[in-house]
Amino acid sequence: MNTRKKIGVLALQGAFTEHIASLQKLGVEAAAIRLPQALESLDGLIIPGGESTTIGRLMLPYGFVKALRILSQDGFPMFGTCAGMILLSKGALDLDVETIGAMDIKVRRNAFGRQVDSFETLLPVPALGEVPFPAVFIRAPVIVETGPGVEILASLPDGAPVAARQGNLLVSAFHPELTSDLRFHAYFLDIVSAYAPNVIASEAKQSELGT
Amino acid sequence: MLEKGNWKVKTGLAQMLKGGVIMDVVTPEQAKIAEDAGACAVMALERVPADIRASGGVARMADPSIISAIMETVSIPVMAKCRIGHFVEARVLEALGVDFIDESEVLTPADESHHVWKHDFKVPFVCGCRDLGEALRRIAEGAAMIRTKGEAGTGNIVEAVRHMRAVQDGIRRLQALPEEELVAEAKAMGASLELVMEVHNTGKLPVVNFAAGGIATPTDAALMMQLGAEGVFVGSGIFKSSDPAPRAQAIVKATTHYQDPAIIAEVSKGLGIAMPSLDIKQIPTEELLATRGW
Repeated sequence: MNTRKKIGVLALQGAFTEHIASLQKLGVEAAAIRLPQALESLDGLIIPGGESTTIGRLMLPYGFVKALRILSQDGFPMFGTCAGMILLSKGALDLDVETIGAMDIKVRRNAFGRQVDSFETLLPVPALGEVPFPAVFIRAPVIVETGPGVEILASLPDGAPVAARQGNLLVSAFHPELTSDLRFHAYFLDIVSAYAPNVIASEAKQSELGT
Repeated sequence: MLEKGNWKVKTGLAQMLKGGVIMDVVTPEQAKIAEDAGACAVMALERVPADIRASGGVARMADPSIISAIMETVSIPVMAKCRIGHFVEARVLEALGVDFIDESEVLTPADESHHVWKHDFKVPFVCGCRDLGEALRRIAEGAAMIRTKGEAGTGNIVEAVRHMRAVQDGIRRLQALPEEELVAEAKAMGASLELVMEVHNTGKLPVVNFAAGGIATPTDAALMMQLGAEGVFVGSGIFKSSDPAPRAQAIVKATTHYQDPAIIAEVSKGLGIAMPSLDIKQIPTEELLATRGW
């Protein structure tokens, strides 16, 4: 197992260059993904923060939603931050764009109010060790419903869940890519390393994707 | 311990806007069209720059009822403009809860010597610039985001290109200078040595930089992205065109796929007539907006 992992970062809109920089610091290859054809040959995908309505609308015309649904059925690792969490969820109350729906959570957008209510805090994340994580929340969502397979990784003092995992899917309402703390990205790379795609199934999926 | 309105949080919102299109709107209906087209934010105004230019007189902060109505209509961030140096307009916009304030040369300046001291606010500010020195002066005052000025309301990209090239050229120049020459360069640019050193070391502005002022077509947007903009503001270019919604969608797609001429060609088809445009040389010097602020 010495093949170098290649992680895509969905680069339709938002803070994708920061994710690419974080991945590169961890020594993996990172690629900006703007069309679904570029999804093949990836070991995982990060969906960055940005505007969920904008990214959602840019995903539709080129078939990203369908392609990512097919990949997620095969256990393809994905990590969504903020808008990325919204787009991986089953949906949000006031969001009228289609989400990927791979993760069994529902979310509330702009859950803390407007930009003047955005904040930074030190957040306990037991899965990452004892040292709290510097979490930057920007017009952030929260998780309001979780299905049975979802593990909550972090909550705010009021109990609102803000990071979770379901199998090979990881989400955070905040922005690890805006900090120099690489533990969340390293945690995702551990998921990616453990993921061994069924090659035959993958080829079948790729022909289904028309690639 | 929650820390609100700190530098990380203010510059962070600008990071989230990157790769996106911020559209000027004057009604809730226009704001909805912009959101549905994929705008990453809207700028709530009373008049778009082309109309401000046409009507003359003093242009001020928009009526708060227009801004509030737009904030209630869309879920994307809402920005609003205050006059240069008018810190009370800025406080009013902050109290209204806008997500970003544009201290803008498109409005008539309230102060010809001083800009707002933006560090005192919890809401982030974006400011215009024509070159690197101006960008670094605004950042020193607390701007969490920069946009090149261009010449608003003209539908003419030439000034936006000039200003973006000037900023990028300034960055390349600082990178190339030996350290002992940075002090004299900071003095000549009118910028703080600390920020000059930062640009010298990192090769980029400390905050996000968008392009503005004259973008009227998808190719204009892609041009500015290729020249180094991290996103674009489109003012009059959308709602002064013959068919706003398809043009707005096309500009959004062209901004994402700015390196893909085939996609830009596809989205540029059949968009109708672009906004009425102006040759910069035909505009009297005293009517130029970009020269407001320093």
